[in-house]
Amino acid sequence: MRGFYAIFHKELANFFVSPIAYAVIGCFLLVSGFFFWANVSFLSLLSLQASASPMFAERINMTDVVVRPFAQNMGIVLLFVLPLLTMRLFSEEKRSGCIELLLTYPISDVAVMLGKFVASLLVVVIMLAGTVPSFLLLLGLGSLDWGPVIGGYLSLLLMGGAFISLGLFISSLTENQIISAAISFVLALLFWILSWSSSFTGAQLGYIISQLSILEHMDSLNKGVLALSDVSFFVLFTAFFLFLTMRSLETHRWRG
Amino acid sequence: MIEVQGLTKNYGRLAAIKDVNFRVESGEIVGFLGPNGAGKTTTMRILTCFSPPTSGTALVLGMDVRKDSLEIRRKVGYLPENAPLYGWMRVKGYLEFVARAKAVPSNQVSPEIERVAQAVGISHVMGQVIRSLSKGYRQRVALAQALIADPPLLVLDEPTIGLDPKQIREIRQMIKGFARNRTVILSTHILPEVSQVCDRVIIINKGSIVAEDSPSTLTQRHGKSPRVEVLVRAPAQELMSFLSNLEGVTSVHPPSRLPQHDGIVGAAIESKRGADLRALVARSVVEKGWDLLELKTLDVSLEDVFIDLVTEENDDRAAQEARGETVI
Repeated sequence: MRGFYAIFHKELANFFVSPIAYAVIGCFLLVSGFFFWANVSFLSLLSLQASASPMFAERINMTDVVVRPFAQNMGIVLLFVLPLLTMRLFSEEKRSGCIELLLTYPISDVAVMLGKFVASLLVVVIMLAGTVPSFLLLLGLGSLDWGPVIGGYLSLLLMGGAFISLGLFISSLTENQIISAAISFVLALLFWILSWSSSFTGAQLGYIISQLSILEHMDSLNKGVLALSDVSFFVLFTAFFLFLTMRSLETHRWRG
Repeated sequence: MIEVQGLTKNYGRLAAIKDVNFRVESGEIVGFLGPNGAGKTTTMRILTCFSPPTSGTALVLGMDVRKDSLEIRRKVGYLPENAPLYGWMRVKGYLEFVARAKAVPSNQVSPEIERVAQAVGISHVMGQVIRSLSKGYRQRVALAQALIADPPLLVLDEPTIGLDPKQIREIRQMIKGFARNRTVILSTHILPEVSQVCDRVIIINKGSIVAEDSPSTLTQRHGKSPRVEVLVRAPAQELMSFLSNLEGVTSVHPPSRLPQHDGIVGAAIESKRGADLRALVARSVVEKGWDLLELKTLDVSLEDVFIDLVTEENDDRAAQEARGETVI
């Protein structure tokens, strides 16, 4: 446990001592802020048009026009910035040779990996926390259905965990940070867009593909529906890549 | 302290070390000597539980590196080659991280860091970013991290590589100082280091141990035949042929480090083992009517032993390969 804390503390310090965390969080907030503004502007445009027809006005609500699209947009921005967060986790240790010291301290490989994983996840939490004021602003416009808001954040957090574990694994394979970031991004993107292909594959394959797609699982959480299948998908996804990372570290030991 | 038997490590089809056996007693300073790529680092990585062996056993403090990895890691301080450190960290922050990683109790972290910082003389750079430190200080910080938690065994992989002569001397003094109450294994390819620091030398070449003894015994046992060096005012050609014809002389060659001018010629004379040529050479040169300006015996250095052992081994292998035998 102390070993885990040592690694966690060091990784967090690295994020915030070097400008990585500030750059990544800054970029994320800038772009998601833009999306929020665009969504709210769209809502005000719709409201203006709806003032002419009461029928139409009844169908407009904040959840559909702002909250859910905003959560989806944040997901896309996360997809872009997470590889930048995870690319150095093991790659840097490998390139500098520090991994040799790290793996000879009395810390289990699991604790090393989890320390890095949790530190990165905390950066994601801080990043997402930066968008909470946006929702508070919405309260000024009207009442808010909190289900989709909480579901949206949960889905982003789960997706963050999944992509961090994926990035952690890729970073454990290479000592080149650019390669680590590029491959993590492409793989994450693939999991993201997988569901697009389900419409032109056969029914059975289509079902499997859509079950593997991150977008599908996020969507139902975004609606405020907390389904076990969606949550367990992300948990299993994360656990699978953490497991692969363990194996990768073990291989690194064997190769010396 | 350490017991290694039949240790082998393969990287793919390449054997980094094969069937290595040795023992290290508690309190010893043992030097691993060998050319680059001999298997020193591989052996050390196995002892520090970074990398498991392919076969064979390695017991550190009575524990198996395969089964009790975490327990051994608690008892071993390791300085890898090239002293890898986190350049972005400050020295104090880095040592705090290491102390936490080595599970030093939280209330003892500060005194422990102070202790090691004093031991390696880095107390005045504790606030600096590691990246900004000179190579010598970085090496000290790396030594400091190995010393944290007071491990009974220190494994130092080329601790003086890349340092200037003054720093090398300081680090050596430090290592000697640490060794008072612990066991130290260090690897090097700098030969004087071994004779100055170590109680015992293990010479390793191409993955196998070729010799193992104290530096002085090694030089006696494996040393080349004794050598005498003379400085004579005489015609060079004539002197050389005259000396080679003396009884008991096996070879004569001009020593590279002696100046040759104004008709003064130097010569290094090798003789059969056990023969003392000094009197004969002095008498013969003077009888010949030349001026004998200097005459001294040269000690056989560990370097000679090392080169001898390493090249003998190479010759053996070359011969084996030439005969078409497979060499792993």
